[in-house]
Amino acid sequence: MNIIQTIEQEQLKPQTSKFKVGDTVRVHTRVVEGDKERIQIYTGIVMGFRGRGLNEAFTVRRISYGEGVERVFPIHSPRIAKVEIERSGSVRRAKLNYLRGRKGKGATTVREEAQQLAK
Amino acid sequence: MRIGLLGKKIGMTRVYDDKGRAQAVTVIDVNGNAKLQVKTKETDGYNAVQVGYDTQKKQRVTKAQLGHFEKAGAEAKKIVREFRLKEGETPAEDFKLDVNLFKPGQMIDVIGTSKGKGFAGIMKKHNTRGQPQSHGSMMHRRPGAIGCRSTPGRIWKNQSMPGHMGHEQITVQNLRVVQVREKEQVLVIEGAVPGPNGGYLIVRPAIKRPVGTLAKPRHGVASVATTGAKIAIKKK
Repeated sequence: MNIIQTIEQEQLKPQTSKFKVGDTVRVHTRVVEGDKERIQIYTGIVMGFRGRGLNEAFTVRRISYGEGVERVFPIHSPRIAKVEIERSGSVRRAKLNYLRGRKGKGATTVREEAQQLAK
Repeated sequence: MRIGLLGKKIGMTRVYDDKGRAQAVTVIDVNGNAKLQVKTKETDGYNAVQVGYDTQKKQRVTKAQLGHFEKAGAEAKKIVREFRLKEGETPAEDFKLDVNLFKPGQMIDVIGTSKGKGFAGIMKKHNTRGQPQSHGSMMHRRPGAIGCRSTPGRIWKNQSMPGHMGHEQITVQNLRVVQVREKEQVLVIEGAVPGPNGGYLIVRPAIKRPVGTLAKPRHGVASVATTGAKIAIKKK
């Protein structure tokens, strides 16, 4: 194995939370304020994944005070404590860029897995 | 003493530091540096340490060079460089040229050869703005006027012109050592380094820092990086 792979391997988290595109997730991020650390939760829909290995990251979109916000989190960053699934969605696309053009309820929800199964 | 190492750029990756911040790093291989000769004022007119790096087939070097390598008890090397010493400085007998010359947090300079760009125009080479791309303009990336009229009647020196770009020696000063990996004989340093992957480099302690000092902590935080560890919080 070459040395760059070794360096990246060392930094991979042994276990990462499992979730997929379309899920509504709660991302627990570590925030350092002064000498204290606390967990801040960022909730939104997973729009897509990018990158591989250590560089893998995901984008989470939410509507915050009427304004669309997208944050990109590296999966293996030590600042990501964990990712919880709030609602698992069922989508047919790898990237949910179409959410950007949406307004109202359509912007914050995608079809849920259960609904899909019921049909 | 500012003795450095010769090395080879392996590539770049990302390392999370103790605060969980990602930093872009370059990995430099320094395995197999050999001390070939210690030059002194009496015998050579100046003080220096001659260092060789990267194995070369025996038949690819001249017999004179081979004799020189054998005298030092080293294998044939591809590149040979010297590190000048101040007067009166001599390295210890058992002085070892390996990755432990450097410490995490130390500032270093890296000298390399930049990627060649070939014959480049004035916009790429000198960052001039060129001419309009549209509005009927039929002149896009040309240099335009390069001088005045009968006064001065010639072109000023240093007028920027197209020509060969890149493939020249570049020194990057004050890069921070992030990791020193003894097992692999590899340095991990913060930031970018000139040249392609596989390009030869000279790594030396930063000349603009006092010998043996560590870098100032980045953003007021102790900045010796860990490898994928938990975020360490400093308690007051």
